[in-house]
Amino acid sequence: MSSEQDHLKETDTEARFEFKKEQNAAVKSDKGLTEEIIRMISEDKDEPDWMLERRLRALKQYQNMPMPTDWPGQPDLSELDVQEIVPYIRPDVDKREGVDDWTELPDEIKDTFDKLGIPEAEKNALSGVGAQYESEIVYQNMQEQWEEKGVIFCNMDEAVREHPELVKEYFMTTCVPPSDNKFAALHGAVWSGGSFVYVPEDVTVEMPVQAYFRMNSEGMGQFEHTLIIAEPGSEVHYIEGCSAPKYGTHNLHSGGVEVFVKEDAHVQYSTVQNWSKNTFNLNTKRAIVEENGTMEWVSGSMGSKATMLYPCSILKGRGATDTHITIAFAGKGQNIDTGAKVYHNAPNTKSTIESKSISKDGGRTNYRGLVHIADGAENSSTAVECDALMFDNESTSDTMPYMEIEESKVDVAHEATVGKIGDEDIFYLQSRGLDDDDAKKMIVAGFIEPITEELPIEYAVELNRLIELEMEGSLG
Amino acid sequence: MARLELRNLHAEVAEGDEKILEGVDLEVESGEIHALMGPNGSGKSTTAKVIAGHPAYEVTEGEVLLHLDDDEFGDEVEIDEDQRTWDLLDLEPNERAALGVFLGFQYPAEIEGVTMTNFLRTALNAKIEEREELFEEDEGEEAEGDEGYETSPMEGPADDGEVGVAEFQQLLQEKMEQLDMDEKFAQRYLNAGFSGGEKKQNEVLQAAILEPSIAVLDEIDSGLDIDRLQDVSNGINALRDNVGTGILQITHYQRILDYVEPDHVHIMLDGQVVKSGDASLAEELEDKGYDWVRDEVYGAA
Repeated sequence: MSSEQDHLKETDTEARFEFKKEQNAAVKSDKGLTEEIIRMISEDKDEPDWMLERRLRALKQYQNMPMPTDWPGQPDLSELDVQEIVPYIRPDVDKREGVDDWTELPDEIKDTFDKLGIPEAEKNALSGVGAQYESEIVYQNMQEQWEEKGVIFCNMDEAVREHPELVKEYFMTTCVPPSDNKFAALHGAVWSGGSFVYVPEDVTVEMPVQAYFRMNSEGMGQFEHTLIIAEPGSEVHYIEGCSAPKYGTHNLHSGGVEVFVKEDAHVQYSTVQNWSKNTFNLNTKRAIVEENGTMEWVSGSMGSKATMLYPCSILKGRGATDTHITIAFAGKGQNIDTGAKVYHNAPNTKSTIESKSISKDGGRTNYRGLVHIADGAENSSTAVECDALMFDNESTSDTMPYMEIEESKVDVAHEATVGKIGDEDIFYLQSRGLDDDDAKKMIVAGFIEPITEELPIEYAVELNRLIELEMEGSLG
Repeated sequence: MARLELRNLHAEVAEGDEKILEGVDLEVESGEIHALMGPNGSGKSTTAKVIAGHPAYEVTEGEVLLHLDDDEFGDEVEIDEDQRTWDLLDLEPNERAALGVFLGFQYPAEIEGVTMTNFLRTALNAKIEEREELFEEDEGEEAEGDEGYETSPMEGPADDGEVGVAEFQQLLQEKMEQLDMDEKFAQRYLNAGFSGGEKKQNEVLQAAILEPSIAVLDEIDSGLDIDRLQDVSNGINALRDNVGTGILQITHYQRILDYVEPDHVHIMLDGQVVKSGDASLAEELEDKGYDWVRDEVYGAA
């Protein structure tokens, strides 16, 4: 092992996330959001006209939509000024679609991802990895064995050029149209980078496909788009990791994720994100699930100043299944508003939502969920479980589970627990020799265990480590 | 050898001024079995919790002392003169545990997501580490280094002096066999979904792993069927015979004392130990109840 790698292993997680590189951008847009900026982004990407048109249409929709303000207990977005955000930064990478050889990356980018442990993760049994720095995917690699089976894993900009028919059909049309919400519209106008995953019929990609998103510059917005198409009978696990160092001004992350789960297909979408505490994290993630398809959302939401994120599954085909497992952690000054949405639009559909939140030092977590069972979706079932763990009396946790049930032959269960981290539990562990801190860490590690057990070991370790750091209050 | 000594112990509920212990005197030495009996509300459980350092109780008077002998931590350890006696009331609960005081809970907490194996190995290593710190000469504050990226709470590599995963698995398996516990226990979450009997068995298993010098077992016999009562009793006897643990057995009933024969029996009434005797005292209680003790104590006053 090289001494450089040794050094990286010794670097602690906090330093790795707070690590900032002097940026060396090839192209950087102005701040704000105008038609001129949209045209400049599209031109810099050499996009076909139809994509530019979609962007401009989305911009108009964005300008005509109000900010969400009237949700009970919603995070305060008043400090978010989109006119102050730089929406587009293309880092200085020679090949527009990124490189497929790690050593070709510019040092500053390579160093950043090295510190985050990305190349190491790739070595450990991933079928492909993409890394986005600012607005562009800078590195992308897919194992040959999957390419030979027809699996496509490339960056979204490349997909626009190489697979226009697929992109035209699926990109922000039926799943997440820009009209969905203000930030989906914003995303449609300024999106850049992200992943395109296509899995042909009956192909199972056994190892996870990974993408890592890193926002490095101050005051920027990152708007990556992820489009996953899983053809009938196929199976894939996609993982994204996200992070940004902390700066004085606000960053905005507004990603868009669209997943198409065809008949009998199975997609797991896992996220471990740790945004800096000045980031507004406002995303739209949605899956359309056909007959007997299975969609699994697994997410750990850490960091950010405010997060609004409700991954959604539309169970469109008979027998479609959805699983949501989410965890949120809010510390001082943070409001993590997250949850799940499921539409049962066909008979025999099934959903399970397990939401866990931890709040401390005045942090606020909300579970905001919607389960809709349409008239005619008979024999469908849903089970929602929300558990909130609070460290102190200053922290807040709210559970807002909306259930819209239009069909009578269904099985609906909801369970919620809210608790302060138990003195008796801590005392029990202390009486066995653990000190106060270790006892709390063990209780929290156990609390999030349903998430960590769904993740590959590197991510599980990382998530545990991040939560430990949050509990020590050592992440900015 | 170790000796636990309660001297004139007074305690009340920390939030409020309800007095519960009103001058408890008691001594338990390694290798001895003491039964502490008494009606509900007499202060037995509070005594146990105060010994272990439960934050819900405030000690208003008296002492809880632990006296250690040289052989306490193995032959090669010599305990300094000034570290032979510890006032437990000055110590955190985990420090008391590190010195070899164990509390077996009547209602142990259920901790989801934490496997028995992970918990017990963490506890054992925490005890070893804490003990080193307690007996270390003051060499100034040692900077606590970051454990580094590779160490996770799930499965870290063993540091110097720690019990590693493989070594621990073997130890756990051995102890579980002794207690006639199903090996599936090792991967279950700590007490979560355990039956009453399984929880009690688990408390004794923990004691067997942590090898305390003094174990206070709070109504370890409640809710046990006869088979499980025998398993638990065998575990307690093994602790005394193999580890040399001194046992303070809190109980309402004679039943467990048929299997775990006490050297001494103490009766608690209204926050005080009012009468002590040998095993025959428990039998007398079984026959006559507590009223005669009450009559004897208060009648004579």
